[in-house]
Amino acid sequence: MHLILFFLFAGLCLAGAINLLLQSHPINSALSLIVVMTSLAVLYLLLGAEFLAAAQIIVYSGAIMVLFTFVVMLLNAGREERTLGSRAARIVGFPAVAALLAVLATLILRAHGLGAAALNQGITSTQDLSRVLFHALLLPFEVTSVLVLIAILGAVVLARRDPDEPSGNRERTAAE
Amino acid sequence: MNFLHQAVPLSWYLLLSAALFSLGVVGFLIKRNLITVFMSIELMLNGVNLSFVAFAHQWHAVKGQIFVFFVMMVAAAEAAVGLAIIIAVFRARATLAVDRIDLMKL
Repeated sequence: MHLILFFLFAGLCLAGAINLLLQSHPINSALSLIVVMTSLAVLYLLLGAEFLAAAQIIVYSGAIMVLFTFVVMLLNAGREERTLGSRAARIVGFPAVAALLAVLATLILRAHGLGAAALNQGITSTQDLSRVLFHALLLPFEVTSVLVLIAILGAVVLARRDPDEPSGNRERTAAE
Repeated sequence: MNFLHQAVPLSWYLLLSAALFSLGVVGFLIKRNLITVFMSIELMLNGVNLSFVAFAHQWHAVKGQIFVFFVMMVAAAEAAVGLAIIIAVFRARATLAVDRIDLMKL
């Protein structure tokens, strides 16, 4: 069962990631990224991380991707064009990425002592996770809340229209 | 029936994670749209998260999963600020093509 689920969702994950690269319209890329993130949530469940699976769906495929699709629609982004710069990046980039993937795969396949994952084994409950998070790592957790607050302020300041700039078109600013 | 109860080697999860990361790098290199480049960065973050969860499962360590939690938080903050920057860039230049956004000054 674990094997079937792994193959199903790993395949979906890779297909979504490849589709993200092949699509030329940003909204199609955003939708395939949602497929990738949701199937990753299932893989997290298979690895016994139930809280992270829920957080992956809520935070990533919920909040972040809604933000992405919202911006794509707001800016009315059209098809992208292929230019000389991208071809140069392909000539240099593809061999480098292939080398990176080859090195990583060799390291992983030659590593000893890696176990296996089966169903109903090694499940981390939300209780265990929160016990560590709110005892040993309370300070980092609170610091990230400050970080998120600063990010909200930064987003509002950056996306705000200049008050003295004459506004010709009436598009809404992304103040959320 | 034995096939149904077979366990998956952890290295397959790690290979999937490496493949996702590499696809993210490829997307970062070949995509010409600012928003799609940003999406490729999110793809790379997700690939790394998968290997964190896989190793947390291997060593029964809760802290690996907490690391993923923090990565998600930072990714959310990064997405908010990055997309706000993209909106500001689009207002100043009326384009999202990365080849035309090559100067800091207008």
